[in-house]
Amino acid sequence: MERCIYLILLPLGGAFIIAALNAVVKSAKLRNIISDILANLVTLAAAGIALASFGIKGSYSVGAWPPPFGINLVADGFSTLMLATVNTIAFCATLYSVNYMDQYTSKRHYYSLFLLMLAGMNGVLLSGDFFNMFVFIEIASISSYALVGFGTEAEELEASFKYMVMGGIASAFMLLAVAMLYSSFGVLNMADIARAIAVSPRATTLKFPLFLFIIAFAIKGAIIPFHAWLPDAHPSAPAPVSAMLSGVLIKTLGIYAMTRIIMNIFAADVTGLAPLGIISIIIGMPLALGQTDIKRLLAYSSISQVGYIVLGLGLGTPLGIFGALFHLINHSIFKSLLFLNSGAVAYRLGTRELNDMGGLNKVMPITGGTSFIASLSIAGIPPFNGFFSKLIIILACVKAGHTGFALWAVAGSILTLSSFMKVQKLAFFGEIAEQHKKIKEAPLLMSVSVVILAVLCIASSFLLLPGLRNITLQPAVDALLAGAEYAKIIK
Amino acid sequence: MIYTLCMALFFIGLYGICCKKNLIKIVLGFIIMDYAVNLFIILIGYRKNGIAPILDKTMDVKKFALSSVDPMPQAMVLTAIVIGLAVTALLVALCVRIYERYGTFDITKIRKLRG
Repeated sequence: MERCIYLILLPLGGAFIIAALNAVVKSAKLRNIISDILANLVTLAAAGIALASFGIKGSYSVGAWPPPFGINLVADGFSTLMLATVNTIAFCATLYSVNYMDQYTSKRHYYSLFLLMLAGMNGVLLSGDFFNMFVFIEIASISSYALVGFGTEAEELEASFKYMVMGGIASAFMLLAVAMLYSSFGVLNMADIARAIAVSPRATTLKFPLFLFIIAFAIKGAIIPFHAWLPDAHPSAPAPVSAMLSGVLIKTLGIYAMTRIIMNIFAADVTGLAPLGIISIIIGMPLALGQTDIKRLLAYSSISQVGYIVLGLGLGTPLGIFGALFHLINHSIFKSLLFLNSGAVAYRLGTRELNDMGGLNKVMPITGGTSFIASLSIAGIPPFNGFFSKLIIILACVKAGHTGFALWAVAGSILTLSSFMKVQKLAFFGEIAEQHKKIKEAPLLMSVSVVILAVLCIASSFLLLPGLRNITLQPAVDALLAGAEYAKIIK
Repeated sequence: MIYTLCMALFFIGLYGICCKKNLIKIVLGFIIMDYAVNLFIILIGYRKNGIAPILDKTMDVKKFALSSVDPMPQAMVLTAIVIGLAVTALLVALCVRIYERYGTFDITKIRKLRG
């Protein structure tokens, strides 16, 4: 458990050092090289620590202050699973940024904000205290607001402002809910509050904070009808940031925080979430199909894929939760890969408009091939990971007696297939335009990072094998199903 | 009574964010909402005629605990104010940049996105 604290300390320290490089290193070129190396080392180390922390279950008191007085960090099956996902994607995104961010000025500030965002996300996943969780959510959100507007073009600023206002409302709601919980129980520690709720469920006074929490996290997680900011914010960010936002940020700040609070702290009924998931699936997908900007299409499809995760969680059955968590990992892998590929295309072509592309497979074979794999995965074609997770969620729907939900989920899956076939057809197959014939493959590190993700797309199917499943996914499912038993981790 | 006023302040802020057309007014609405939440947290720990939560050697601990205000919300509010400051600073900086690009603060004219 002690090593988990480095998941917060390393990125936080790295962000500070990179921001302070100005004072020590005079040459701008050298500063960029140092920040490249430092950021990649930090995320590599964080990914290593996170992958090695499967099976850890325990709590750590920061500064040796015992829990009700001090801040404590808690890790269980669910948080270690999320930590591994977040840090792996973060490593691929920083590796990709080395080449990609050359088009922007002040790469150093980018890395600094990126690491700050990573520190915030890891903090949310490890936090065992409501107020501390709020602070980490704000750290991650504020740096993501700044990263969305990083290009400082008109659209990017507008998207960032919109995202910030929505995110600010969500944070105010969360703070209000935390304050109400404090006034009812006089503690902020999650485990203590979970114990108090289990002993005396004062249902009426708890409903309002729970309601506020759900709204706050639904805004952060972009669940329809709270999704308005996402289709603007995600396409406007630089590609590696879009990959982080769509791949892991909405899941950490939205899905993780929501399920942790509903299932483990309030031990409340989750079935109300399933219709929300269905609405997200059926509204998000047709909107995605209608887009011709590749990144907007991906952003809308994120909304509907998050719908699948919420649907699975909302079923509340072990199989449904298993499918939802599996889909969460898979979606973060293939959606990051697709966003990174769209960035590679925009890097070489200078456009994100699908109608201006075509035949890119001939000039960018690695980008084309990896995005083909990712498209098949997200559409749910058998050997790839997306197929298994969607199948499990649909089976869980049928098993729980919601055949209607299962049908909608299948319909959403067919629409996903058609929208990604559209991307493939318009961008990568067909005739290549004359002016694009001299385009080269994306730079080396960008290609390496997408190849890693493409391999993970296939490799994560193996998480279903019993040996791997029992150390990765199963503890997470057990942790969620245990409900208020969560409090027992902290003595 | 005072809780109702605090809630009213919160909704004034929310109204400002949702209904105003000027970017700066939206930012002001955001600040008002933030301050309503901060006020609410302080009110939770407040006790009528309470003393400052500083334990003197001459005081009796039990009597102190019964008469002092709760120091915990005050610590929380300090953190919340700092976070609010960061968000406000970033919002205002964005407003300045948006003004440079569009030449207006009117959100009905800032519409390059379809979202």
